[in-house]
Amino acid sequence: MSQNNKTPHNKNQATFILDGKTIPFTEGQTIIQAAMASGEYIPHLCFNPEFKPHGSCKICTVTANGRQAASCTQQTQADMVVESNTKPINDERRALLQMLFVEGNHFCPSCEKSGDCQLQATAYELNMMSPHFDHFSPDRPLDSSHAEYLLDYNRCILCSLCARASSDVDGKNVFSLAGRGIKTHLIVNAKSGKLADTDFTGDDKAAHVCPVGVIIKKRVGFAVPIGKRSFDEHPISATPHPKVRDV
Amino acid sequence: MSFALETAANPENLRRVAIDPVSRVEGHGKVTILLDDNNKVHQVRLHIVEFRGFEKFIQGRPYWEVPVMVQRLCGICPVSHHLAASKALDAIIGAKHLTPTAEKMRRLMHYGQILQSHALHFFHLCSPDLLFGFDSDIAKRNIVGVAEKHPEIAKQGILLRKFGQEVIRLTAGKRIHGTGAVPGGVNKSLSIAERDELLKDIYQMVTWARGAVHLVKEMHHQNPELYNSFGAFRANFMSLVGFDGGLDLYHGQLRARDESGNILFEGVDYRNYTQIIEEEVKNWSYMKFPYLKSMGKEKGWYRVGPLSRIQNCDFISTPLAEIERRDFIEYSGVMPMHAPLGYHWARMIEMLHATEMIKDLLHYNDIMGSDLMVTGERGFEGVGVIEAPRGTLIHHYRVDENDLVTMCNLIVSTTHNNQAMNEAVRRVAQQYLHGHEVTEGLLNHIEVAVRAFDPCLSCATHALGKMPLQVEVLDAAGQQLSSLSRSSEGTVSTPLSAP
Ligand code: SF4
Repeated sequence: MSQNNKTPHNKNQATFILDGKTIPFTEGQTIIQAAMASGEYIPHLCFNPEFKPHGSCKICTVTANGRQAASCTQQTQADMVVESNTKPINDERRALLQMLFVEGNHFCPSCEKSGDCQLQATAYELNMMSPHFDHFSPDRPLDSSHAEYLLDYNRCILCSLCARASSDVDGKNVFSLAGRGIKTHLIVNAKSGKLADTDFTGDDKAAHVCPVGVIIKKRVGFAVPIGKRSFDEHPISATPHPKVRDV
Repeated sequence: MSFALETAANPENLRRVAIDPVSRVEGHGKVTILLDDNNKVHQVRLHIVEFRGFEKFIQGRPYWEVPVMVQRLCGICPVSHHLAASKALDAIIGAKHLTPTAEKMRRLMHYGQILQSHALHFFHLCSPDLLFGFDSDIAKRNIVGVAEKHPEIAKQGILLRKFGQEVIRLTAGKRIHGTGAVPGGVNKSLSIAERDELLKDIYQMVTWARGAVHLVKEMHHQNPELYNSFGAFRANFMSLVGFDGGLDLYHGQLRARDESGNILFEGVDYRNYTQIIEEEVKNWSYMKFPYLKSMGKEKGWYRVGPLSRIQNCDFISTPLAEIERRDFIEYSGVMPMHAPLGYHWARMIEMLHATEMIKDLLHYNDIMGSDLMVTGERGFEGVGVIEAPRGTLIHHYRVDENDLVTMCNLIVSTTHNNQAMNEAVRRVAQQYLHGHEVTEGLLNHIEVAVRAFDPCLSCATHALGKMPLQVEVLDAAGQQLSSLSRSSEGTVSTPLSAP
């Protein structure tokens, strides 16, 4: 995994060990924040440095001093020994990814987010070769009511980034997660449940944070050719958060 | 309605021989033959035994996904579906005239597809039959056998196909299932380096493609009895022709001729295809049977693909292919050539034309331009027609005001040829099997007839929920225990009436 953007650290700074490497951190930083500041990649999906961590996808799980922890919520401590890039942890991550793929309907070959999608790129990064589990094949109709944006719920991984962006940045509360457990699902906060009946616009932060292909700018589709998309050029370990393009 | 040898009068007492699957074709199909105790043929059917659900699951999807999604119809000619869908969706976004770069890039992609598909079909799938004989040693009757005995031919076949795939890769972004064409244009043009890479080899490709035409032509001249009569039957034929009457595989208007070559209609705007074509559903095949409305089910069936196109156009715009077209027409005489083996000759003329077109297109600076897309007044319905390697391909969509597809109708090349292919296998069964003990070599004759059409059975099985189905449960002695049938309207009934 990558070691780009390494920030030099002074000798008095507190450090911890990540996969055998010494990583500096500052008070209050989570493991993933400190790792990213040093250019170290820990796979993740619901984490985005611009937002409060959510700790739900569990892809960023590591062992910290021998105990499993979500690296997006676990604060770093001096001399902590963290393991991330190990076979057992990556095996678990792969299983989590496989579950995400089969819970929704992901037809990557005809998905316009392909090549720009963090779920797909993380699956490539972790060498996920097949979905392994039986597909749930849920019936999730699209919401095409909004003039400029389309919601394809088939691809939702419940990362809640759109909900966090809408409430924390846009001050609008357009999206929420509803239901519990396996029934958890993304909803639009309107009586009709339709995006057109909210005050959502393309200028919202929420329009530009979806790591997968749920919130889609209409009529753009495949304007960017294959080979020219973010993760065609760099693996996700090198650029974990490319600018979400108005696909 | 039923044609001669389509349905035996008393099927119960007949012996059934099945060729399942038909080999060296794309997709999965089977031929069943009913014979009596004296090996007399009573019934022959080419069945399509797989089916998919494209028309159904495209409904409810955003239109801009469609050109990419429909490529999954087929691993052999995805580009044809990609382009036909893009053409149909041009109308949805109101793109009346593409930019010169988009038009040429799409054409380049299409001719790359014609080249790779025709090369694959002729060299890999059919040359073993033609070079070694239809009932030659089955162990050698394949591309490996060709590579051993005729290494130069095999090499040229492989490299011609590879070049076609390269053209596709550079225009569509990937060798298969690319994204180059988008509603309103294309998403990329060629770089100078990419253009030069193709230019480097194209002249060699033209030479080899010309050699391939000569190879098939010689076969016809050497063995006219076989080539002119094998599985031959007369049929109407239809294709797009360019607005000037010339061969145009990317765009034009519909023209059809009767079996004598007289024009039945021409200048038909393909958007009005439903006014001229009707499709019949039969309970023994997943594939529909289209026919020309004006002539009715019995007389209105027709043939599409290279054999139709080469004889339907008035000329070919590229000089080497035009010389070959004239030779072909002269050889056929006053009547059009109807022999299925003539498909190979016509197909190689088209392959030569494709190489010449690629060469010409590579010399336009437009293919390196940056003006890629246009839009215009939003539409809600679009029809796109293209001459795919196997024949006329029709894509038709309706899209609602929220951008979702509400209707999709596809008529693929192989479906147009359904009745014609059935006719061909019936003729061959009569010519070669009737009264003979059935052998592998004889059965391969049937397959040779099917293969001549280059059917793509994967493409032809795209509809879901419309096809009549029959399920029979038989005991070990072949006695029917129970049955269930679903009509084309979707009603399920039991017991099953005899097919
Ligand atoms: S959202 Fe990502 S993972 Fe899902 S179908 Fe699209 S590209 Fe594939």
